[in-house]
Amino acid sequence: MDKRNKMKIKLNSEDIANESYFQTICRRFGRHHLAAVSLVIVIILGGAALLAPLIAPYQPDEIVGTFSGAPCKEFWLGTDQIGRDVFSRLLYAMRISLLVGIMATLISTVVGVVLGLIAGYFGGVADMVIMRFTDMVMSFPYILLVLVAAAIFKPGLWNIILILGFVDWPGIARLVRGNVLNLRETNFIKGNIVAGMPLRHILFSEILPNTVAPILVYATSVLALSMLDEAALSFLGLGVQPPTASLGNMLNGAQSLTVLTKQPWLWIPAGALIVVLVMTINFIGDALRDALDPNSTR
Amino acid sequence: MTKYIIKRILIAIPVLIGITIIDYAIMCMAGSPLEMLQGPRVSEAAVEAKKIALGLDKPFYIQYFVWLGQLLHGNLGYSIKSYQSVSSMIGSHLGPTLLLMGVSLIVSLLVSVPAGIYSAIHQYEKGDYAVVTFSFLGSSIPGFFLSLLLIYIFTVKLGWLPSSGMTTLGTQGGFGDVLKHMIMPVIVLAASMAGSNIRYIRSAMLEILQQDYLRTARAKGIGRFKVINKHALRNAMVPIVTVIGMEIPVLFGGAVIIEQVFSWPGLGLMTMSAITSRDYPVIMGVCLLSAVVVLIANLVTDILYALADPTIQLD
Repeated sequence: MDKRNKMKIKLNSEDIANESYFQTICRRFGRHHLAAVSLVIVIILGGAALLAPLIAPYQPDEIVGTFSGAPCKEFWLGTDQIGRDVFSRLLYAMRISLLVGIMATLISTVVGVVLGLIAGYFGGVADMVIMRFTDMVMSFPYILLVLVAAAIFKPGLWNIILILGFVDWPGIARLVRGNVLNLRETNFIKGNIVAGMPLRHILFSEILPNTVAPILVYATSVLALSMLDEAALSFLGLGVQPPTASLGNMLNGAQSLTVLTKQPWLWIPAGALIVVLVMTINFIGDALRDALDPNSTR
Repeated sequence: MTKYIIKRILIAIPVLIGITIIDYAIMCMAGSPLEMLQGPRVSEAAVEAKKIALGLDKPFYIQYFVWLGQLLHGNLGYSIKSYQSVSSMIGSHLGPTLLLMGVSLIVSLLVSVPAGIYSAIHQYEKGDYAVVTFSFLGSSIPGFFLSLLLIYIFTVKLGWLPSSGMTTLGTQGGFGDVLKHMIMPVIVLAASMAGSNIRYIRSAMLEILQQDYLRTARAKGIGRFKVINKHALRNAMVPIVTVIGMEIPVLFGGAVIIEQVFSWPGLGLMTMSAITSRDYPVIMGVCLLSAVVVLIANLVTDILYALADPTIQLD
């Protein structure tokens, strides 16, 4: 009883402070210290990637130094096998990897949301067909499907984006469907139907905004996953093709023993950057999950 | 209960048929195997003869049914490269992969179950933060990068572990030798699984710890150890079963890349070399096999889940 009273008082104090929904989210997000730090790191790295042409000391594809030169004052992270500056390439690689991740996430989110909305709202045959199709796609091991698609279509930047985008959607479709099924039973949606609102309005202006939070959380994990997959594909030579640098294909050289043993500056920075980017994105997703949880009283 | 199981199996059948259709469609999209034959030394007539021999002159759906019929007889087709039958190729590569997957699964469970439970019991303490941070690291590090790091440390710098193959070349192998070759690939596969498992088991355990029956158990005063290990752990079996089911597709996918890096002579290595040489019958055979295994794993998980938790209903 005491606890409940306290909670009420707390909630009241929040009302008095007139905290907006957005402010509540920000406050809850800030409690997750690791995520707050992660957000700063992502912003810095993302900014560096965006401003790569301004920051990079050299052109990424330009041969500027000796072959496989060790890090020195002139070349902060050394030079690669054909004398390109590793630091400059790293900045451009981050650009490509983030682009692949974000675009693939956007595509899979749109596909997943549309299919999930249709399946959840209309039910019946549409639901059954879409959900069985989702089951089928989910049965193929994810990486295997991506590898097969990459082997069939020519590897390249846009093909990788499309492949990752069209393989990633089942999770989101299931999530949206589940939410729509719940929302359809709520009074405000029933009210809309009774009031004769157009379908487009109900789907996109009433249902969708109420399921944005879980989609956002899920999308961050898709972003992290698709960046990992791009790296793996490019590492195997089936992803982004050189001379375009991506974080994955910069590690490709480490398959040779000389690079692996004698020139760690060629592969460790790129790998570490992948780990940092993916991990910070995961932390942010984790904090978002807590912050957007409607049942949270914190 | 029986009704549930039958329903679940009936749902799986159309999915299974759909999987074969997708599999076949991808194989057709990949282009005809005739393209491989074309070259200056192959005459038009020879290509035409091959086309008829392979049945490629018939319409799409007939080809599918022919393929499906052969599939039911266990015939997955023949490799374009080596002319071996795909099923025998899979058979000869399956052993090492199953060994690798099985050991990795066990290791990842041995790590993630205690870690997840520890983390849940000590929620918001230093130990919990450490475990959760490590689990995020595990699921954020690309498998191939971790492999390279391990090879760099244990093979190149320390010279303790061999970095490729399953046995030392020229020797018969033996238990100790295989074990030595297995350590690094198992660590990599287990780490990527343990990352997500720990967080899943932790949140499942947190939910269990809040249940009324645990409060009752605590109120009886039987001691912390018994409460956790007898009452909580038994109920944690449900999420653990789920975790094993979730890991099967991850294992299949992860094995492809890890086997490539460590030259582990399994299904993954075979698939990867089939992918690079565009040997589509082999690729699709492996895809089909793994999709069916995943489907069966999901089915078994769902049934076990229902057995463990009678309140679950099929909607």
